[in-house]
Amino acid sequence: MKFPLSWLKDYLATTASLDDILGYMLKAGLEVEEVENPAEDLKAFTICKVKDAQPHPDADKLRVCTVDTVDGEKQIVCGAPNARAGMTAIYAPLGSYIPGLDFSLDKKPRKIRGVESHGMMCSTKELNAGEDHDGIADLDASIALGTPAADALGLDDPVIDFEVTPNRPDWLGVKGIARDLAAAGAGGFIDDPARKVSGSFDCPIDIELDNPEACPVFAGALVRGVKNGPSPDWMQARLNAVGITPKSLLVDITNYISIDRARPLHAYDASKLTGAVRARLGRKGEACEALDGKTYPVTTDMCVIADESGVIGLGGVMGGETTAVSDETTDVFIESAWFDPLRTARTGRTTGIISDARYRFERGVDPQSCVEGVQLAVRLITEYGGGTASKIKVAGEAPRRETPIEFFKRDVARLTGLDVKPANMKKTIKALGFAIEDTGETWLLKVPSWRFDMEQSADIVEEIARLEGYDALPTLSLPTPQGGKRVVTTPIQDRIRTARRTLASRGFLETVTWSFMPKAQAALFGGGEDVLTVANPVASELNQMRPSILGNLASAVQRGSDHGERGLRLFEAGPIYLGDGPKDQRSVVAALVRPQKTRHWQGADAYDVYAAKADLNAVLEALGQPPARFQIGEPRQPHWHPGQAASLKLGPKVTVAHFGALHPRVLKALDVEGPIFAFELNLNALPQMKAKTTKTKPVLDKADLTPIRRDFAFVVKDDVAAGAIIKAATGADKALIAGVDVFDVYQGQGIEPGQKSIAVEVTLQPRGENLKDQDIEAISQKIIAAVAKSTGGVLRG
Amino acid sequence: MSDTSLIETEALAAINGAADLAALDAVRVAELGKKGRVSGLMKTLGGMSPEERQEMGPKLNALKNRVADAVEARKAVLEDAALEAQLATETLDMTLTPKPEPVGALHPVMQVFEEVAAIFGDMGFAVAEGPDIEDDWHNFTALNFPEGHPARETHDTFFMDAPQGGAPKVLRTHTSPVQIRTMTDQKPPIRIIAPGRVYRNDWDATHTPMFHQVEGLVIEKGIHMGHLKGCLIDFVKAFFEVDEVEARFRPHFFPFTEPSAEMDVKYTKKGETIEIGAGDRWMEILGSGMVHPNVLRNCGIDPDEYQGFAFGMGIDRLAMLKYGMPDLRPYFEADAAWTRHYGFKPWLTPSVSGGLS
Repeated sequence: MKFPLSWLKDYLATTASLDDILGYMLKAGLEVEEVENPAEDLKAFTICKVKDAQPHPDADKLRVCTVDTVDGEKQIVCGAPNARAGMTAIYAPLGSYIPGLDFSLDKKPRKIRGVESHGMMCSTKELNAGEDHDGIADLDASIALGTPAADALGLDDPVIDFEVTPNRPDWLGVKGIARDLAAAGAGGFIDDPARKVSGSFDCPIDIELDNPEACPVFAGALVRGVKNGPSPDWMQARLNAVGITPKSLLVDITNYISIDRARPLHAYDASKLTGAVRARLGRKGEACEALDGKTYPVTTDMCVIADESGVIGLGGVMGGETTAVSDETTDVFIESAWFDPLRTARTGRTTGIISDARYRFERGVDPQSCVEGVQLAVRLITEYGGGTASKIKVAGEAPRRETPIEFFKRDVARLTGLDVKPANMKKTIKALGFAIEDTGETWLLKVPSWRFDMEQSADIVEEIARLEGYDALPTLSLPTPQGGKRVVTTPIQDRIRTARRTLASRGFLETVTWSFMPKAQAALFGGGEDVLTVANPVASELNQMRPSILGNLASAVQRGSDHGERGLRLFEAGPIYLGDGPKDQRSVVAALVRPQKTRHWQGADAYDVYAAKADLNAVLEALGQPPARFQIGEPRQPHWHPGQAASLKLGPKVTVAHFGALHPRVLKALDVEGPIFAFELNLNALPQMKAKTTKTKPVLDKADLTPIRRDFAFVVKDDVAAGAIIKAATGADKALIAGVDVFDVYQGQGIEPGQKSIAVEVTLQPRGENLKDQDIEAISQKIIAAVAKSTGGVLRG
Repeated sequence: MSDTSLIETEALAAINGAADLAALDAVRVAELGKKGRVSGLMKTLGGMSPEERQEMGPKLNALKNRVADAVEARKAVLEDAALEAQLATETLDMTLTPKPEPVGALHPVMQVFEEVAAIFGDMGFAVAEGPDIEDDWHNFTALNFPEGHPARETHDTFFMDAPQGGAPKVLRTHTSPVQIRTMTDQKPPIRIIAPGRVYRNDWDATHTPMFHQVEGLVIEKGIHMGHLKGCLIDFVKAFFEVDEVEARFRPHFFPFTEPSAEMDVKYTKKGETIEIGAGDRWMEILGSGMVHPNVLRNCGIDPDEYQGFAFGMGIDRLAMLKYGMPDLRPYFEADAAWTRHYGFKPWLTPSVSGGLS
């Protein structure tokens, strides 16, 4: 909402400076966005007096003027046809910037056809301050030499733009702004209520209200014999200042009252109306030819204004073309109604029309202002356009709030900590237009009709606090919480922190990518359900909630590669979405690597599926989840390489992670070069750590005897998993066997085709007494037997 | 010269003349071995009279010890020389580069989340969470946004495709629904912060369709706006790691707080650097207010018994202000160069006692 300072002063008696006014706005909660003063651009320009104007010796159209200026007497060559001796004009000194022409005068006098010119005389157009047609500005002779041009043109009037919060539609009128600023202490409020209009005849146009919920009240009057022409200069200047282009007296008056009092009106050409004017709901098949030149289909939910010809306007949103006023209009019918905010908002959304009327009605217009709106309009129309007005006709009744607010004085201190004297509370509340019935501790407050945000005591507390000023609030640190300090993070957040640090320390760069991904890509990752599709995406490729982070990471790695990054390792700890319910979101850690074979003088190295497994295991270890407690199985998601990826399970049902190579077909669809190795760990699926009753650690059980290591090579079919051999060997004697590690996998000479040799080192940890040779031999046989039984493997000869 | 002194002279000469360990050992055997000359001399003691033995015994023993010591001394010298010679052949080029190891980094937004949690944790706030896909009730209605109210329009809400006949879910437009989830799940006293992702349908130089907020909520008896003000000033000082912050609170409108306030802090801009705390300009950094009685009632809390405040702030912008990222857009582009430059060392863990950054 924009308003010039001078307009505010119609309703605010104040000597406060602009800065003070801005301070009061801040205090009262009117957040200023911009202050523009047209005078700022015109500082260089002052009033001058033309003493003499002679024809230029070498140019018919030029005159050589002798001019009295603030800088003394100057010779100025002027091309304007109206330049003449005795004229009061606007002087631009050498070097000044001419905003309307967007250039600066030379700093040194220039010769024009051989005659030096020491400056310029300007038109208002050249100052962006009007539309002179006859040459340079020709001002009133009474204006003194040296007066700033901005003053002379009435332009020294800062325009303030501020944010109107949705709860304060009364700030959409200059008068409402003044009321708040007066209550904040900026000056005296000038109420200036509209004076009664005594019409000379009854309004011949009937007003019918078919739906009192959509339009409960409608006031109107007819003015006959009007001459519609341009509105007065002062009105045009104010409308221009707030960004409204003046059109004609009748249109300008409705716009002016809308800004002045937040009271939208509509003017009809009465000669184009047929029969009664009726506010009713729309009917199927109807359409409205609106003032913006477009035709809108009408729905049965809309409140329309109609006459016998059909729809002539969308109530509270926009008037119709067929009954609009024009330059020829002589009889004008003024509509000042009240439309239901919710219905108006719906009509506005359906039609997409953005208008000052809609903006006001959907936020709430003072329902008691209908009659006053007509009075104001009739006064201005008859004053500037002549004509005779009818009596005002009112159909229906304005909705009125009867129940007062019960305000508890103690709530002010209770909620804000402010100590405000009841007399001051009363003063503030009254200044805002409330009527007070003092019943002791509680006051019954009658809410002014222009306030829709007042419901209960806390609302009044805010009014008092903001007008006292938040600067007066005490500043107190929070007291220590009741019950002492607690653990502040959730288990999932702890896991995220640990996983992030583990991966970053292993060379991964952390990313935060969109929660979205393209729907088609989401399907490749096992997602793509309609309930996870964004109905109004900001961009078509961000239209689906991601079922996995890996797609976004793979695309990011490809972008990095395209920029010359090699061997990029990325990870993200964030949400994935398995459904739209509140429990369908998971926190996962995903890491992804585009391997780059490093060339190094000590030999090459490359990231592979086992490196991904090592990174996953490192995260699990850091989270206090020993990797050995999980089982490795087939991948259970479609985006993994079927033979080079696995799931990590906890029992048959719970999958905690996947790792390995991404499926080449998925990479192709993502336009990502493979191979890509990755893992994704579901932090919600990991078992909860049991809360321990004590922080004391168990006693160290350190084996004193030296461990013994023995190697075994088993020949097995080549589809036997190494893990099966490890599991069998480990299980052969759980008390003694401390570790089984694969150190060789071999296929080739000496091994039959279709078979492979897997060599393991078994660590035996004796306790109590050392192992004798026959003990070791016995365990070896148990290991060989266990592996043979579970895998069919035989000791390699 | 007697036999013994001649033998000693010759033996010591041979020992000191031994060129290597093998030669030294040959000398040792020749002198001190079973059949060696010095050993031979020792054997002569057996044939001596007690008087002679008493005189010669100590002399010969001393001789034997001197020869043995000389052997050990020479051995040490030769071993040292041998080691030097060996080391001379083992020189490596210490300027060669080791195998490269990638260097990781943490994302600033995630780090700032932890900084904020550390500060509020120290004030007794626990961390709460809620889903990104919300229903209309939690995101709007329970927060006192009436249906059809223009305040909803200001949120640029993303809607999910509605299931047949159902109301569409929304992507939460703020972290405030976590207030509702917390207050309907637990009884006061409540002190929580809720960090998370939020979404609005807006994408330009200063807006991204996804961004991050931290919500705060305190519901306790006797908590008023003075505490709100003090708590948030304490936070800003701790976060920007400055001793004093000039702050101001202004009235504003949020449907779910009453009274509502926005907080501005003073700052100076020196070149590209922004210094928070003092200066000639104000910057808005968060919205806050006393929890609206309607919101408390919607969660089954009696507003006459319990009261408190709530606040919400944009984390991406706080990170920009503190660490000087000039632009919001690269936050979500997973750009390696940006992350290495603006990211944090892996082991930097923010804490109030140990420093945030």
